[in-house]
Amino acid sequence: MYNDVRFTLNGQPMVYTGNPLRRLLDVLREDYGLTGSKEGCGEGECGACSIIKNGKLVTPCIIPVGSIQGAELLTIEGIRDTEKGKCIIEAYAEGGAVQCGFCIPGMVMATYVLLNENPDPTEDEIRLGISGNLCRCTGYDLIVESIHLAAQKGAALWKK
Amino acid sequence: MPATKIGDKVIRVDAIEKARGEATYVCDMTLPDMQYAYMVRSTVPRGTIDAIHLPEMPEGYYFISAKDIPAQGKNELWMIMKDWRCFAEDYVLYVGETIGLVVGPDRATLKDLRDQIKIDYTEQTPAVTIDDGINCVGGPMFPEKNSNVMCELFCEKGRPMEEVFAEADEIFEETLTTPYQEHAHLETNSAIATMEDGKFVFYASAQCPFYIRKSIAGLLDIPYEDIIIRQCTTGGAFGGKEHFPDVLCGALLIAENKIRKPIKMVFDREEDTQFSVKRHPSKCVYKTAVKNGEIIGTEGHIYYNCGAYLSSSFVVLQRGVFHANGVYTIPNTYLKGEGIGTNTFPTCAFRGFGAPQTLFCFETHLTHLAHHLGVDPLEFKMRYLAKKGDETTTNGHIIEDVKLPEMIDVITKESDYWNKIKEYKPGCGRGIGVALYNHGGAFTGNGEQAIIKAHARLTKTGDKVEIFVGSTEMGQGFRTSLRKICAATLGISIDNIEYKNPDTSKVVDSGPTAASRSTMIVGRLVERAALEMKERWNEGDFTTEVEYEHPEGYPWDQATFRGDAYLGYGWGAVIVEVEVDKLTNEVKTLGVWSSHEIGKAIDELIVHGQINGGIMQSLGYGSMEKLENKKGYFKQKSMSDYVIPTSMDFPKQFYHIQENPYPWGPYGAKGMGELVFNGASAAYVDAVERALNCEFTSIPIPVEDIEEALKNV
Repeated sequence: MYNDVRFTLNGQPMVYTGNPLRRLLDVLREDYGLTGSKEGCGEGECGACSIIKNGKLVTPCIIPVGSIQGAELLTIEGIRDTEKGKCIIEAYAEGGAVQCGFCIPGMVMATYVLLNENPDPTEDEIRLGISGNLCRCTGYDLIVESIHLAAQKGAALWKK
Repeated sequence: MPATKIGDKVIRVDAIEKARGEATYVCDMTLPDMQYAYMVRSTVPRGTIDAIHLPEMPEGYYFISAKDIPAQGKNELWMIMKDWRCFAEDYVLYVGETIGLVVGPDRATLKDLRDQIKIDYTEQTPAVTIDDGINCVGGPMFPEKNSNVMCELFCEKGRPMEEVFAEADEIFEETLTTPYQEHAHLETNSAIATMEDGKFVFYASAQCPFYIRKSIAGLLDIPYEDIIIRQCTTGGAFGGKEHFPDVLCGALLIAENKIRKPIKMVFDREEDTQFSVKRHPSKCVYKTAVKNGEIIGTEGHIYYNCGAYLSSSFVVLQRGVFHANGVYTIPNTYLKGEGIGTNTFPTCAFRGFGAPQTLFCFETHLTHLAHHLGVDPLEFKMRYLAKKGDETTTNGHIIEDVKLPEMIDVITKESDYWNKIKEYKPGCGRGIGVALYNHGGAFTGNGEQAIIKAHARLTKTGDKVEIFVGSTEMGQGFRTSLRKICAATLGISIDNIEYKNPDTSKVVDSGPTAASRSTMIVGRLVERAALEMKERWNEGDFTTEVEYEHPEGYPWDQATFRGDAYLGYGWGAVIVEVEVDKLTNEVKTLGVWSSHEIGKAIDELIVHGQINGGIMQSLGYGSMEKLENKKGYFKQKSMSDYVIPTSMDFPKQFYHIQENPYPWGPYGAKGMGELVFNGASAAYVDAVERALNCEFTSIPIPVEDIEEALKNV
């Protein structure tokens, strides 16, 4: 028997009762069907699986589910229909940030954390903010510009 | 809804669903009663398989191998040749060669079973490097030829080289090498096999669904139509998913034939890094004859490391040879290419398809020759720029106006190149470098007509039109560009055009999504089909279908490699500026300026993204992406040791698009997806050389290699 792991997932209280050593990413994708978080590397290097844990960007591919007791988790599924989430996603579409798309949900999560902490970032601050998220397609310029766009268009949202 | 025009800014059709995390990649799919598969691979580079010891397989778990191929089938995948075995038996030729699959319902159990399988080998000495292959280390791979040469070709122009060399004041000789490169698409290789109505159905992350069908049908000796390939949203490919999905799908086909349940195989990153195809390492030996300070001839011997199977290597090598004199017209040339077999994972397509290797080597060779002659490299190169009507190295001609002078003008002004080149004395710690390059669009010569015979079909239902082609979206934006071409031609809104990920049972074969051919060839087909549909628009619901037609008057002989290799080239020029910390040798890139001539941009935002991303991959190739093979094993195994550029490594790029409409492309467009990869690595090296006053003849040049090079100055 394993101890219960209680946490909040996209605003819903959850109880996980299985093996605490399973990767949080597998639990999210397989047990809860939240496939927006992608596995790119499995070692916390690429950021494609990025989610938000207690306001901070983390990579659930290297987090055992047993360690999230009491945590508040947000995945792409939890933010995509919020005002802030829609603001970022629309800016990404308008700014040409999306190519193959595999890194993009994680990149959107990184953007969410960045703009929450810094509503009006400089180019260097944006580049630093997404530096844990690898993209092989875009060369990053249009992602950076899209994040500027999200900061401008959603100015009122981020400064709350 | 208003009619879409080519110049309109549009939102990519796939952007929102991808950003919302709703696009379905293979890894996101689950089918009822899903089984999983893991590959069992060779752990030695060369040897005989003496015995395979299997653990006891629990009920519902299988080990699938060559023995499961039915008698009528052949253990071969059909790429260009049929040399790649679906499952190795009796002997292995490289580390990572597929020997079998373990298949069953529980992944942890499967991994455990896989790890318990013990294979006895008698190891033989492997050939690993190009030089090993040339010298037949461990014995020739092709005993009947007593050599490891898999494929070869040459082309020559002008007078015999002995004559040219005899008359030269000096012969400037250099050997340059380029490395492996890993595609590192963020989505790893993956596929699912299942059955539907007695047919084998595959969901695959793939560039070329029709290639897979053709490649694997012979394993069971069944008609192509009994295999259906459905492309899933594909998370990057860059050539890595051109032929390689055949290797996954072939093995899965044999398992599916036996088990008849949905079977899913997703590589993890370590598997994808170590056990998938790569860019060909190359060695280029150039001898350039100089008289009175001018080049009078060049001889090049080009060697590509093909690994153990041919895959697409002969075509890659051809493209390498055809681009081996860069964007320059040199009066007398002899260029010879050899594809060398080694006991390493087969190399295959990767953005640029053989051209980046020779382009880097020749561009750098000319820079070094300019240093040697004491002249400015860019001024020196500009003396030899190809222009319309010039004879090419394959005895064909440059068919289009070459706009490189105008493009060089744009980026030298934007970057303040001519002032900086005077200001930055060699060795001062700052440098600025330049590279010029091109890329022949589509298949070589008449290959589009002789080999591919592409089709495109449009179906009108009410005021909606659906495009049926086998071309795939892999991130490059083709689902959007093609819909835009179709809408603009029909004079309707892009929102009324449907173009789904292809299913080989529903679409016509428009050829592979490769060779920068989609926009220029398939886009043109769709434009023609749409023009016909427009004329008949009021006839109700109907279908139009067109086949590729090659322009007349441009001969090509594929047997001798003579004639017009390409009807249209994309052209590029890039400048890179760097600052090198003279204590640590760390390089900071200060600026990147590029200009590309691609005929016409169908969608500027998509083209901008391609330019930015292609240049970034090329900068990675030149600077940091180190993939070494030691004794048959890749040394780098994951994203923590195979390093690709992050958002912090290179600055925002300046880009310029030069228009020059191409008569046979849709709205004047040519290919561009590969072109943008072909130059930045050489410009980067040129800049670092100037900053440090040294020369490099190989890439990449991470800090430790710069230190090593400086020791030798």
